[in-house]
This record gives sequence, C-alpha cells and structure tokens, in this order.
Amino acid sequence: MPDGKKIRVLIAKPGLDGHDRGAKVVARALRDAGMEVIYTGLRQTPEMIAEAALQEDVDVVGLSILSGAHMTLFPRIMKLLKDKGMEGILVFAGGIIPDEDVPALKEMGIRAIYGPGTPTGDIVDFLRQNVQ
Amino acid sequence: MFDRETIEEIRSRRSAWEADTIKGNLKKSPERRDVFITTSSVPVERLYTPLDVQDWDYLRDLGFPGEYPFTRGVQATMYRGKLWTMRMFAGFGTAEETNARFKYLLGHGETGLSVAFDMPTLYGYDTDDAEAEGEFGKCGVAVSSLADMETLFDGIPVDKITTSMTINGPAAIIWAMYIAAAEKRGVPRAKLGGTIQNDILKEYIAQKEYLFPPEPSMRLVVDTFEFGSRELPLWNTISISGYHIREAGATAVQELAFTLADGLAYVQAALDRGLGIDDFAPRLSFFFNAHNDFFEEIAKYRAARRIWARETKERFGARNPRSWWLRFHTQTAGCSLTAQQPENNVVRTAIQALAAVLGGTQSLHTNSMDEALALPSETAVRIALRTQQIIAHESGVTNTIDPLAGSYFLEALTNQTEREVYDYFEKIEKLGGVIKAIERGFFQRELAESASRYQREIEARERTIVGINDYVTEEPPSIPLLRMDPEGERKQRDRLARVRAERDNEAVARTLEAVRHAAQGQENLMPHFIDAVKAYATLGEICDVLREAFGLYREPAIW
Amino acid sequence: MEVATEERLNKEGRRAGPVLAKPRYITQNQSIGAKNSSQAIISPSLAESRELADRVLAGDRRGVARLISLIEDDSPEACPALALLYPHTGRAHVVGVTGAPGTGKSTLVGQLARESRQRGLTVGIVAVDPSSPFSGGAILGDRIRMQELTGDPGVFIRSMATRGSLGGLSYATGDAIKVLDAFGKDIIYVETVGVGQDEVEIAATAHTTIVVQAPGLGDDIQAIKAGILEIADILVVNKADQEGAERTVAALQLMLELNHQPQGWQPPIIKTVAVEGKGIEALSHEISRHRDYLQVSGRASLLRQHLAEEELWNIIRKTLVARIMDKLDRAELDQLIHDIADRRLDPHTAANKLIAQILE
Repeated sequence: MPDGKKIRVLIAKPGLDGHDRGAKVVARALRDAGMEVIYTGLRQTPEMIAEAALQEDVDVVGLSILSGAHMTLFPRIMKLLKDKGMEGILVFAGGIIPDEDVPALKEMGIRAIYGPGTPTGDIVDFLRQNVQ
Repeated sequence: MFDRETIEEIRSRRSAWEADTIKGNLKKSPERRDVFITTSSVPVERLYTPLDVQDWDYLRDLGFPGEYPFTRGVQATMYRGKLWTMRMFAGFGTAEETNARFKYLLGHGETGLSVAFDMPTLYGYDTDDAEAEGEFGKCGVAVSSLADMETLFDGIPVDKITTSMTINGPAAIIWAMYIAAAEKRGVPRAKLGGTIQNDILKEYIAQKEYLFPPEPSMRLVVDTFEFGSRELPLWNTISISGYHIREAGATAVQELAFTLADGLAYVQAALDRGLGIDDFAPRLSFFFNAHNDFFEEIAKYRAARRIWARETKERFGARNPRSWWLRFHTQTAGCSLTAQQPENNVVRTAIQALAAVLGGTQSLHTNSMDEALALPSETAVRIALRTQQIIAHESGVTNTIDPLAGSYFLEALTNQTEREVYDYFEKIEKLGGVIKAIERGFFQRELAESASRYQREIEARERTIVGINDYVTEEPPSIPLLRMDPEGERKQRDRLARVRAERDNEAVARTLEAVRHAAQGQENLMPHFIDAVKAYATLGEICDVLREAFGLYREPAIW
Repeated sequence: MEVATEERLNKEGRRAGPVLAKPRYITQNQSIGAKNSSQAIISPSLAESRELADRVLAGDRRGVARLISLIEDDSPEACPALALLYPHTGRAHVVGVTGAPGTGKSTLVGQLARESRQRGLTVGIVAVDPSSPFSGGAILGDRIRMQELTGDPGVFIRSMATRGSLGGLSYATGDAIKVLDAFGKDIIYVETVGVGQDEVEIAATAHTTIVVQAPGLGDDIQAIKAGILEIADILVVNKADQEGAERTVAALQLMLELNHQPQGWQPPIIKTVAVEGKGIEALSHEISRHRDYLQVSGRASLLRQHLAEEELWNIIRKTLVARIMDKLDRAELDQLIHDIADRRLDPHTAANKLIAQILE
C-alpha cells in the first residue's frame, strides 16, 4: 500500500514514568496495520507533544501514561492542541487510568481510553473507523 | 541417576507408549493444541521422564540446602527455620499517609517494610520542581528532604525492622537520608538492616528511570558497595532486579539472563575499584518476578541460585560461601494483573506467590487485586498479605525443603533455563558487555520483541487470559479504590518551603560544593551525601549538582 | 493490489523493485489516465493550493506540515502549491547526513541544529526512516534524539517514511525540502534512512553531504562502503571517544589518499562525540567552508544545474512510469510477464512495446 493517504499517529509518553512496554507494543501494532507512527520517547511535556503533533501533521495522538498524572497533564495537552488549531485530531489514551476519571477525560475530548489487556486490534479498528 | 540399562529400557517403553497408547488415544480425542507453551512461549513436552534428565548428577547439580551449588535453597533449614519476610511494597502521597500505611501493615503481621517512592523522587526532583507537575504522590511517597524521611519512619523501630527502598538513580542519596534519620534518633548506622534497590543497569534495560549516563551511575553504585561494606555490614547495597525486565516484556530466561549478567557486571565493576569480592558479594541481593507459569518460575529461581554460585565461586574465586548465595526478593507479576474482573487477580497472585515460595524466596511482595486500576486500597492489600500467610501456615508447602526437586519436568526445565542463560551470557559478552549492549539497544530490542510476541499470542488466542480473551464479562469492576488526601501536595510543599526557610543555607551551600568537588574527583560520595542531607539540602538540589557534573543520558531508539 | 505484489515478492526473498513501488508524481497532467476522472475538482483544489502556499510563505507552521502531508499522499493540491512556492526556494543550504545505522546520525543532526540555532540560523530537519515492506507502515523515531529542539520556534522537524523508495530518501523528501526552504529556513538537515543500501540519492538532493562513520561497526577499509567518497563532502567519525576510532580515521585517510584529486574540494575528516556535543563546532565550520567553496569556485551554479537536471529526470521517470501503470491492463501485464518468464518474449521487446503504446 505504498500509495495514497496514510494514517499518521503520534505515540507520546507524557509524565515521568518510564514504562514504555504498552506504548511500544501499540506502536508496533499500528505499524503492522500500515500506519506511520511517530514515537517521541519518554518524558514528553505537553508542549512538546502538541508541537510534535503539529509539525508531523498527525491524524491521531495516542497518549500513554502509567504514573497517575493524567488528570494534570491531559487537560493541558488537549488545550494546547486546540490552541494550535488541531481540535479535529483524534486523541486516545492508554495506561493505568481509573474508571472514575474516564468521563472527565472524554469530556475534554479524549475519544477512547484503553486499559491494560486491550487487544491492539481494537485500537487499530477504532483508528481506521474514526480517522477521516 | 539411572544406569544405562534402565535408561534404554525406559526409552523403548516410552516409544511403545507413544506408538500404542498415545496414538490410539489421539485418534479418539486429539489434544487441545498442537503445541503447548509456557508463559515465555517455551514449548512443553507431553511427558517428562528420566530420559530428560539423563546426565543429571544429584550431588553436582542439586546437593543439599545451604550447601553449594544451593539449587535447593541457600538456608540449611529453609522455611522450617524461618519463613520468608512478608514485605509489602507501599507508599503514596505524603510521608504521613505512608507512615500510617506502614503501621497498618505491621499491625497485620507484615515483617519488613518496603518503600515505594513517587516519580519525582525516583528521578531526583523535589515536589516543587516544574518536572514534578501532576506526579506528586501518585506512584509512591514523595521524599524531597531529610524532614520527609524523618516523618516517614516516625514511630517505626528502624533498629529492629529491615527496610527495603525501591530507588535507583538517586539511591545513594535516599540511603544517606535513611542513615541520617536513624542517626538523629540515636540508632547507629552499623545496626541498620535493609536494602536499597540501587540497580541502575536494569533501568537502562527496562524501567528507564535513570538520571545520568551509565559510567557515573556505575561509580555511584560501587561507592555504595564500598561504603556499605565498611560501615553498614547488615545492609544489602543492591537488589539486582529482574522484576522490571520481566514487566517490560521479557521471557523468564531473558529476565534471569539479563539480571545475572547485570550482577556479574556489578561484581566486575567493584573488583575494578579494588574491592575484595568477599567484602561486598555477601551483601548483593536479587529481586525476581513471579509470573503465571508455575513450573517455569520455580525452575528460574533454582537455576538462578546454581548459576550465581558457580560464577562467584569459579569465575571470581570467592571463598566466603555467603558470596555464593543468591538471596532474592520476589514480587508477583504486576503485568499479569487484569483490569477486567479484578477479583481474579487474587487467584493469580496466590499461584504466583506459591511458585516463589516453592522456588525458595527470601522475601515476598504479593500484589493487590486492584493494582491494574490504581494504587491498592487497604482491604486489597490485606487480602494480598493474607495470601502469603495462608501459603505459609495452611498449605503445608513449608514443611519440607524444596519439595518439587526430582520432578523430571522441573529438573529438565531448570537445566534448560540454565543452558539458555549461558547462551545469552555469550551473546552479551560478544557485544562487549552489558553497558555496550545497552548502548547498542540489544536488551531493548529483545524485550520489545518478546512483549509483542506475547501480545500477538493473546490476540490470536494462542494463549488464554481469563477475562481478557475468554470468559469475558461485561460488568464494570466494582471494587473500591484508594482515596488520597487531596491536601497532601499542599502539605508537602509547605514542609519543603519550611525546610528551605529554616535550614542553615550556608551549610547547604558548603556541603553541596563538597558533593560537586567529590563528584568531579574520585572520592567516595556517600559521606558527602550524608553531610548534605543532614544540612537539609534537598534531593533535587543534590541531584542537580550531580546532573551538572555527570550529564544526562538518552537511550537509543528501539522498539 | 500493490501490497499483495510486494509481499509475494518479499516472501520469495526478492526485493520489490522500484518499478513496482508506486511512483509519486501523477499530478500535473491529471487529464491523462483513468485515475483522474474527477476533473471537476481541479479548480477548488487550485484555490486550496494557493491558500496553502500563502500560508507557508506567511510562516504558518501548520500550513507547512499540512502541505508536506499532501505531497506525501500524492494529493492533487500538492503540485500547484509547489509550483507557487518554487520561485521562493533556492535560498536554504541543504545538508544531507547519511551513514549506517548505529553511527549516531540523529544525535549528530540534533547537535548540528542546535549549533546552527546558536549562530542565529533557522533550521529545518527532514528525517527519513524505512517503511515496512510488508505492511507499508513505519515507526519514525528520530525525534527522540532531537527532543529539546521541539520547543524552539526556529526549528521545524518532519519525520518521513520511505513509502517504497529505496534510495535512502522518500519520493517526497525533495519537495518537503522545498517547502521548508520557501518557509524561510536558512539551513535544512536531511537525515537519510542509513540502512546501508545505496544512498547516493542524498548527494543528488543536498548541497553538502556528510557521511558518518563510527568505530566498532567494522573498522577496516573493506567495511567502509565503497562509493562514499564520491558522495561525501565531509567525512565524520562519530563516537570518536570509543575504541577503534583512530583506526576508522586512518582507514578513511588512506581511502582519501588513494582517491586524491589534484584540485577542488578535499573532503575533511572530522571527529565528533555527538552525545557530548564534541566536534560539532568544527563540523559546523566545515559545512560553512564547503558552502563558501561552492560559491567562490562557481561550483554552486553548476551544482544547481546538476540538481535541477537530476530532479527533472526523476520526475520524468516517475511520471512516465505512473502513466504506464495507469494505462496498463493488469491481465495484459501478467501475460507479458508470463511470456518473458517462459522465454517466449524477451524483456527488452516487451518493455519497448509497452512504452510505445503509451507514447503513441
């Protein structure tokens, strides 16, 4: 499928934790599904994530966090994306995220939240169906 | 074990069994799978017999508990003498909250403490650092200065209880705080017992919580070895950890091979400093994961002891039998827990804990059922601790030593694990050693590969995970989660501000300068850390000095 | 369709040939070929192209990012926008950085960018990583080594996947460079894939080409890829603090002496330790010196001609192939391939026949 539009995804790890197993497994699964995945490494600030999303013109941003700082960092990322004119971008998140935080995260525009044990195929399907 | 004649007899009877009994049976009802694999994707045979352990020599390969090569255990009487230490990893929020949790656990029969620090602390940042935003107290307790450490152990008898601290990059500084806090209460450092994890190599390999490049990091580790062997004879100055390597996706063999390779690298680094092996090796300890596959895990622990004993004795010439001992802590596998039907995690943890005990662990942490969702609640932690107590007192497995020895399957698996570990040693050697292999991304690539394979197997339903790809229910989890003090961060920031205001800032500047000077030179840094923390220099301030002196590290990009 | 072909070829252990990889430029003469039935969209897309070009010239970062994606995706808006931007290009100095995996290219580019920023230059970076030949997907990880540049408004980094191109760059790299040039970047660093294949494409794209070596990846002269001297304007031995660095330098020196040119530019050998920022200033100085040399010697205008010719032919080749592929009937092609394989027809005759059909 070397021609035509490719889905471009930024996989980012905000916050301090170094647990990148999930982020890397998802990155590989998306690559194997034919997507182009930009991986920016550990410990990304909200500013770095939003700016990388802009420069790379991604369709999707996937945020992986296990440290518990999501309720502080995710709102900032969402706001920065909006400020940069990227409110249309599809954002999903994964990691250790308690159920009770999910409504608030969805409210701020995070479209899907994947906990431990999610089949990567679910994420691939979701992105294929929801990226215009 | 068996004479040639018997072996031949077994061989021919086995062939006959396959040809007659099995063949007929398979026609009627085929086996459930073509290949049966362990959690680490290792194929398992239909049946194990003496044929699988033909070259096995009881005295050479097993021997007796408390004797070389320690396959059956490092202590002579094992759990008949003393049970393992039930040590629950705990920490969240402020020092006050964690102190209360420690007292709760000790009140319920826990026998040793284990401290979890929050992310900023693990990275050497104070709570009020910009890097710490949103991270306070989330994964552990925040310790920014000696004042926090004093609060954390307030009212806890540090001269009677041992304390394990899961800290790596800034381990030496946190250790200095623990020593200083104890000394302020009149407990001499020589009486302190416990462990600092202090295993920086596995951070580069798996957990990624490093501060500096490998070389100065190794120097800090050897500084603690040297200092500990001189001044804190009861302290384990390192816990060489496979746990995180496994959590990052490794197989059992990779976990063991990479951990032991790290251990050998630390030994070599200390020898290069001029330390005597028998001065520091007895204080080296290990930390392994207990994953789902019962026999694979037990084989791993047994192989671990045998390899370590052989390497310290044969390769490095240690004379003190204590140097040959591989003593280890075990934690059940966090990555095996499911967010779906979390109550099932109690059962998983029980099986994993049983494997650790049958594998001869010295201490054990059992995960709480809610840990795939959040930090554990009190109730969940209590059930996890009770799991250990039930194994210890009700299951009967502690009545005799190494009860599974002699199982054809287990012994074959132990031998196989050992062989494969040596294969990895060879590969790592060829790459120029552990640090070179890290810099080349060797470990990272191996882990990414294994993690992806495991995930693929689950998605292809080649492996069943209850509640994930089979026996799925739709109901949302309904267990109560931990609530943290919403005022915690403010309290911590206030304390930090107070510390900065009330301390003697000249003494802080002076001791920090001494740290800088020592960091640029060759001196052991530990005494300087102790001086600095006693002057209430904060963790962040000390680490900033080191970051300047040592530089930062960024890993190669591997997936 | 394409995937199936590539996958089959790869499973048979052969490399998917460039002809089967989908060419990019099918844009200008959209009226030809079955693919372009939608002539009606041309005028709105022209308006869109104009708007995009304006946004790039006005310094809108999002516009730059968008246009590069459209180029990569072969969208109809891309070519007209590029045509509008073309008069505004030709100002940036384009520096190619190539070398085998593990030589530290990304770190080096990150450091060079930082050095350029300190000298007050604005920087564009294009980093190319390989696409998977099986899925067509890619993991692009070069930004990991350039993290601290992400917050700098004077730097724009773009990661690109090769998407079937085999020369170390992607088909869209050249045009992405032009966008960054028109956007006003003073210096543009282009990091190639570095898979150890033939990466001469970078020399046909950049003004200054840096070839990076590192010790320990094969220190002897045989291990150093033949042909690098033809493309290298500057040779870098990175990780120069490691064992064997001197041997690598010596091997390169020997190669240079054997290939000594009596006049013109003599490629210098620079030692760097990119992770520590060592040698970056010296390297940066050599880049400036090479740029000055191009100007003073008059090579710059020759190079411009040369690059223009290369690019023109590339586009012609790709457009032709695209047009042939558009017109081809798959069954007819399969028949021809069959005939060739069975020795009923020779490949030259078959190719000539196909081309003649198109050109008629």
